[in-house]
Amino acid sequence: MNTATPHVPAHPAADHAIRKALATGAPPARAGAPSTVLAFGWRGMLKIKHVPEQLIDVTLTPVLLVFLFTYMFGGAIAGSTGDYLQFLLPGMLVMSVLFSTVYSGVALNTDVTNGVVDRFRSLPIPRSSPLVGAVLGDSVRYLVGASVIVGLGLALGYRPEAGLPGVLAAVALVVAFAFGLSWLFAAVGLLMRTPRAVSAAGNMALFPLVFLSNVFVAPETLPGWLEAFVDVSPISHLTASTRALMDGTFPGLELGVSLGTAALLTAVFAPLTTYLYGRK
Amino acid sequence: MSTSSTLAIEASGLEKSFGTSRAVCGVDLAVRQGSVYGILGPNGAGKTTTIKILATLVRPDAGEARVLGHDVVREADAVRGAISLTGQLASVDEDLSGEENLILLGRLLGFSHKRAKARAAELLEAFGLVEAADRLVKGYSGGMRRRLDIAASIIVTPELLFLDEPTTGLDPRSRNQVWDIVRALAAGGTTILLSTQYLDEADQLADRIAVIDRGRVIAEGTPSQLKASVGSGALHVRLLDADRRADAAGILSRALAAEVHPEPDAAALSAPSADADRAAEAVGELSQSGIGIATFSLGQPTLDEVFLALTGHAAERNGTTDEETTQTERRAA
Repeated sequence: MNTATPHVPAHPAADHAIRKALATGAPPARAGAPSTVLAFGWRGMLKIKHVPEQLIDVTLTPVLLVFLFTYMFGGAIAGSTGDYLQFLLPGMLVMSVLFSTVYSGVALNTDVTNGVVDRFRSLPIPRSSPLVGAVLGDSVRYLVGASVIVGLGLALGYRPEAGLPGVLAAVALVVAFAFGLSWLFAAVGLLMRTPRAVSAAGNMALFPLVFLSNVFVAPETLPGWLEAFVDVSPISHLTASTRALMDGTFPGLELGVSLGTAALLTAVFAPLTTYLYGRK
Repeated sequence: MSTSSTLAIEASGLEKSFGTSRAVCGVDLAVRQGSVYGILGPNGAGKTTTIKILATLVRPDAGEARVLGHDVVREADAVRGAISLTGQLASVDEDLSGEENLILLGRLLGFSHKRAKARAAELLEAFGLVEAADRLVKGYSGGMRRRLDIAASIIVTPELLFLDEPTTGLDPRSRNQVWDIVRALAAGGTTILLSTQYLDEADQLADRIAVIDRGRVIAEGTPSQLKASVGSGALHVRLLDADRRADAAGILSRALAAEVHPEPDAAALSAPSADADRAAEAVGELSQSGIGIATFSLGQPTLDEVFLALTGHAAERNGTTDEETTQTERRAA
């Protein structure tokens, strides 16, 4: 390193080629906010294509749990596996989609860790575009997760009383809730040090919340103190609404509480995440 | 010296702390438009933080900076419209292919998908990445990644390009390629601010250099001014025959008009010499006098010598700011 290195051009033609590549005429007009959001959404899709493991991780657990609970505990809990599946499946739809929201935080943390955020932040684009675009890409992941669970349920004999419209309404509700929750995990993703820590923290928070809800059992069977907790859990409200929509009954207040929670999560964590992203 | 209209960067009194560590404490810079400006310093000296302030990624705690006439805090968006940043960690998406990275950034800069794709093809061609275009960046070598990173910075030709340690961790061949690219960009009229740990690199590329240590600029000037202030490099010669060392010392001392030092190796000797032509003549005189030469080299002062001369303490290789240390660790991981 100390001795003077004689300079030998590595590419004799490089100089010419690069100068030619520089001469590009007039620069384009700045991208508008919608097109930058769409470009980031496109990036999200490409990442699903190139890293399909992100889908497998989050869909495999709910799929295994559907099998485990239906065939091992279903008979004991509900009298027959068929009746239990009818009860369980809407809750598994909730679990599957909510678990994949953790990945929003993992992906954002990965961007910060490997430096690509620095480039995005040095571009003349709105600060929130990468975040909103990522949410757009996430929705594809949610729909894939939802389809897998509903498809599996149908194959195992689940029959939604409300038919296709009920299923679509339920999926729309769960995805709307997931948008809200993904802002929370995006903020967590910007606050923690490594992608793995984000993933661990997210799963550690979600697992107890999903089990301490009405996803697997009717809360009336629980001891009073636990029933009280389960009854106020937002995941219970979301599951009850999802179940009602798929069963063809009107969820009423439960629906209002679920949508309200999603709106509240977005109202708090979308601005917070944008602020943290700007400061990174 | 120069009027403000010809300055691409004017910074005064920049300060930034992260927690208790003071990354930048009072940096002043003046970079002429169209020049290549080097920031030279060891890990943790505050190079990355200075660049991040100028590229609008970090708000300074104190001080002011104007980049291409725009204030980096109040007019950050206007600054972002005229600059490109190639970060210390190659700032490209590892989970996308090289081509997809360039298309994404092209679209973000305002190209349609179709035009972004055409522009990506031009750049992949110019940077020798055509064969790797469809591969995920994860599988790229350090040199390929760095070339892609620089290509991404010139999708739209910036008025000012920041290159943060563009050759750290690269093999010599890749380093030469990056140097070629920097020279070509400079010849195209782009102002370049580059940071480096290597005096050699700053010397090769930069019109002016600021030496930075512990968050402060401790010397500024052209490469030759800087080297002159530090003391010159040295000519090292090793003879075939150790017995001729005294004769060789006499000849070199006359030819270089400098004091010649014997080295621990009985056949080797060295003499200070800043001038390569003169050193070559001196070596020529040795062989004309029938003194056999095994090897010779003309060494530049090393960064360590520069630091020792300028600060009285050796360059600290281990980072002093948390931020730059973690980045180095991450890169090593």
